[in-house]
Amino acid sequence: MDELASLIAITMNAGTPLLLAALGVVINERSGVVNLGTEGMMLVAAVVGFATTLFTGQYWLGFAAGAAAGTVMALLFALLAIGLLTNQFATGLALALFGAGLSAFIGLALQGDTLPVRGVDGVPLLRDVPFVGPALFAQHWLVYFSLALAAGVAWFLFRTRAGLILRAVGESPESAHALGHPVRRIRCAAVAFGGACAGLAGAYMSTVYTPLWSEGMVAGRGWIALALVTFATWRPGRLLLGAYLFGGVTMLQFSLQGQGVDVPAQWLAMTPYLATIVVLALISRNPRWIRLNMPASLGKPFSPNT
Amino acid sequence: MTPRLALCDITKRYASTLANDSVSLAVMPGEILALLGENGAGKSTLMTVVFGITRPDSGTIAVDGVTVDIDSPRRARSLGIAMVFQQFALFDSLSVLQNIALGLPAAPLAAIESRVLELAARYGLEIVPQRRVHDLSIGERQRIEVLRALMSSPRVLILDEPTSVLTPQATERLFETLRELSADGVSVIFISHKLHEVRRLATRCVVMRAGKVVGEVDPRSESDASLARMMLGAEPLPIAAHESPAGGVALAVDGLSFVGSDQWNLDRVSFEVRAGEIVGIAGISGNGQQALMAALAGELLVEADAVRLFGQAVGRLNTAQRRALGLRYVPEQRLGHAVVAGMTLSDNALLTDLSLQSSHVLNVDKASERAAQIVQRFGVRAATSAKIETLSGGNLQKFIAGREMLAVPRVLLLDQPTWGVDAGSTSAIRNELIALRAAGCAIVVVSEELDELYQLADRVVVMAGGRLSPSRAPQQIDTAELGRWMAGFWPADDPRRASAEHAA
Amino acid sequence: MTSWHLAPRASPSRAWIWLSPVTALVLTLIAGAILFSVMGTSPLQGLSVFIVAPLTSFRGWSELALKATPLILCGVGLAVCFRANVWNIGAEGQLIAGAIVGGGIALSADADSPRAWFVWVLLASMAGGALWASITAWLRDRFNANEILVSLMLVYVAQQLISWVVQGPWRDPNGYGFPQSELFVAAARVPVIVDGLRLNAGSIVALLAAVTVWWMLARTVIGFQLKVVGLAPMAARYAGFSSRRSLWIALLVSGGLAGLAGGLEVAGPIGQLTSTVSPGYGFAAIIVAFVGRLHPVGVVLASLVMALFYIGGELAQSRLGLPSALTGVYQGLLLFFLLACDTFVRYRVQFHQAATV
Repeated sequence: MDELASLIAITMNAGTPLLLAALGVVINERSGVVNLGTEGMMLVAAVVGFATTLFTGQYWLGFAAGAAAGTVMALLFALLAIGLLTNQFATGLALALFGAGLSAFIGLALQGDTLPVRGVDGVPLLRDVPFVGPALFAQHWLVYFSLALAAGVAWFLFRTRAGLILRAVGESPESAHALGHPVRRIRCAAVAFGGACAGLAGAYMSTVYTPLWSEGMVAGRGWIALALVTFATWRPGRLLLGAYLFGGVTMLQFSLQGQGVDVPAQWLAMTPYLATIVVLALISRNPRWIRLNMPASLGKPFSPNT
Repeated sequence: MTPRLALCDITKRYASTLANDSVSLAVMPGEILALLGENGAGKSTLMTVVFGITRPDSGTIAVDGVTVDIDSPRRARSLGIAMVFQQFALFDSLSVLQNIALGLPAAPLAAIESRVLELAARYGLEIVPQRRVHDLSIGERQRIEVLRALMSSPRVLILDEPTSVLTPQATERLFETLRELSADGVSVIFISHKLHEVRRLATRCVVMRAGKVVGEVDPRSESDASLARMMLGAEPLPIAAHESPAGGVALAVDGLSFVGSDQWNLDRVSFEVRAGEIVGIAGISGNGQQALMAALAGELLVEADAVRLFGQAVGRLNTAQRRALGLRYVPEQRLGHAVVAGMTLSDNALLTDLSLQSSHVLNVDKASERAAQIVQRFGVRAATSAKIETLSGGNLQKFIAGREMLAVPRVLLLDQPTWGVDAGSTSAIRNELIALRAAGCAIVVVSEELDELYQLADRVVVMAGGRLSPSRAPQQIDTAELGRWMAGFWPADDPRRASAEHAA
Repeated sequence: MTSWHLAPRASPSRAWIWLSPVTALVLTLIAGAILFSVMGTSPLQGLSVFIVAPLTSFRGWSELALKATPLILCGVGLAVCFRANVWNIGAEGQLIAGAIVGGGIALSADADSPRAWFVWVLLASMAGGALWASITAWLRDRFNANEILVSLMLVYVAQQLISWVVQGPWRDPNGYGFPQSELFVAAARVPVIVDGLRLNAGSIVALLAAVTVWWMLARTVIGFQLKVVGLAPMAARYAGFSSRRSLWIALLVSGGLAGLAGGLEVAGPIGQLTSTVSPGYGFAAIIVAFVGRLHPVGVVLASLVMALFYIGGELAQSRLGLPSALTGVYQGLLLFFLLACDTFVRYRVQFHQAATV
């Protein structure tokens, strides 16, 4: 039972960066913009968040710095893709590559540094409840924040006028523009939010999940987050499920290793990526269904002057 | 009396065309002004300037005598100007109420709903607020647009070609609404190229041609011919008379059915086209014409027997294979479908060339030669090395139609062949079709322009809701009855067809 | 008050098609100079070590060609893919897969193998890369799965695969436990062209590949079909071109070329299989393809520039004590600037006076 509880706990822990990054992608893509640079933003945020926490000793500053770094990079993307109408896919890729290079560059001085491993606080009182306590209520506060954020994003999208406008922009920016809504500004805001979430996710990875920095430590989670959003058909509720599912798959390899399963470590390490491929294949099979659920203008540039 | 809206010397140039050339006009309160001109005359551009979507290069706009700068639709709306576009600004996945709410400043939905229902009742626009837009017909969608425009209590209402998507009956309902509005003091600007509608509705008419205002008249005291002369600048080229009898059956469609999404539905479509005749398919777009053309051309594969070319079952053959049998197709969409933007005329001349099927190496010289032939024979004003997207609408369509016609087809399909094309090119294309017919080609023309079908076709059929009506010679059916057929009501004079009971 | 907006051009500006990569390069160098001074080095000295020093000796040019080879191969392959609108982001994985398969063939040679063994190595690496790419092709063809994410996931899988291979079944028993295979015998190595330098036949192969791809794109029916499928899928269907066929050809060609690059690396300068056979050539090649305007000639030029960045970074590290990770930063900046400058190919800036309100 203890093992199950701890499995649930580490799954939540592992799923949190995916959830955070993916929530940002949902808002981003609901406005009709594809930002493939999530991985790059997470990497830069990870190194910036780590460095900030290391030098100030304050974790919340690290998160704030990570979120800020992600937002800055996202705005760079917005300048090009929304302002200068560059190809969104290429620009996002450029961001991913640049982020990888920049993070390696900044992180050189930090190789080998670690943060002290903190015990997590969890939720007082609830964490002492047998089984449920250690399973669900002994997490870092950012985990609970991510859950609240998921609820918040869902409420925003489907219960507020601003969310309605965002969805309208994603479906048809030309129509939204004709109705007088500031499409580019809305998209910029959505992209910036995506960057901030990716930034939080990156900072979480380097200060809480594994309290150190190493080159490429995000290991593809940014890309997996992008796949997750398609899997969840752009809905926060399903996203929660998918993120924790993938968190579980990531953790499976360590659990199996720990149990002395005789499979080489590298094969186990492949599992999250193979799982992503399988999920992608399964959900993409019906192109009409995807088209029905996806924001109709996803990936297409919008210029108010044509 | 001060004009409600006054435009003074509006000029707008796009990269290759002067869309508006020092245009001035004024509308009085409560007046219904028609803006008349053929495709490409600059009417829509002018109205997008008024509505704040396009910035003019020079010129001024005045509302109630005060000069204003309209830099966005929001600004236009705040000045009391509302517009109903040809292309609707609607969101398919949202409800009618949400769509209307998106066009208004923030307000509780309940208040919006009650005002919507109030306006709908006042002006006779039936609407169900909770329905999703993608379930609605085109006429119903237009009603949402009109309601949305009316919600802001506009003082100027602009409608851009509103009747191109309506049946004659729905058109009359719209006209009644507009007359009510005009009686309430709203100025209405009505853009159209349909002479008889302009004469029925408007009290004053401004005629535009090639970006300039060429006349301002009372349409009720003008004849179709005089208005046409102003619109076109000259008498339209006469269409050569036709006498040759039809030959054997070239294209036979039998029981063609297809179930797709929304507008891609075909229900037991059957008809025949003989060599040396032109069959016109009338109907509002969105009733299955695209699916039919795709099925005939080979872009959509159906049952082998459903389509026969000279007796051969071709339903499972693709476009290239049908081309080898003599069937050619001019699709409705030009850039991106009939030709590839980003490639030159020479490259595009090669697109439907049969030699691509048999050789592996590209013959670049042959491509230029072919393009040069098309350019010369069909009067396309462009260099063969130019990128295809630099061509104007008329030249582009001449190139595309020319490319297909020069291949000497035995069956030719055309979908909206003269849409958005200037009068000169339109006549040229229509005359080429007549010549092809005389040479024994079987031709199918899908068109929303009833005038065009009456001019060209030997027989006319109507598509409505994925079904095909019986055929009639144009002399045997007048526009009113055709309008009823377009709504789906046609008699069952063929024992194979059931009678129609289908609401628009 | 004057304000500006972007207005579309009637047709792409011919001048800017050339100006854009050049301007982007200049802007990158300026940004580089700024970066150098931020790092405490004189910009002039930094730029001279980064850009000029590699070009001042035969050895320098030989190293340049050596680094440019995998970039050219991957780059022209990606040019084919991107033109067909197939977004193959996983060239790195295909390169690694090619290295594994080619390396396997190389390891099966012994002292008595014929000198032409390396040809089998290269052919096998092409097959390996093509096979890896065919996974992506199949998933897109059969399941409509997005090729960006699939090919990228396969990169991570390939990295784990090669790590396992050199630490497990193919580990050098005399290698002190390092993650590497035995050194390849001479027969399996790509022949060197100039004695004393590392320049090998791979560079010739790369140039040949570029020429072949150019010919394919410009002069064959398949190339024409690929371009139409990429530019206008509806027109491709209208013309009767198969987009499935284009998908497979594009991925197999680019996978094969990337695999070849992998084989040339391990059978060339590296001489064995290790856990890192590529410093991200497959990703750098994406930048090369864009900067080279998806045209083989442009790709060759862009590869030389990017190779210069690689070597410059190494030199900057050894001579100026600057981190070689600068290379990644410059490469990313180059792509950003290129994308921004490319805007002016399709749009021009239009100023207008706001009229009185």
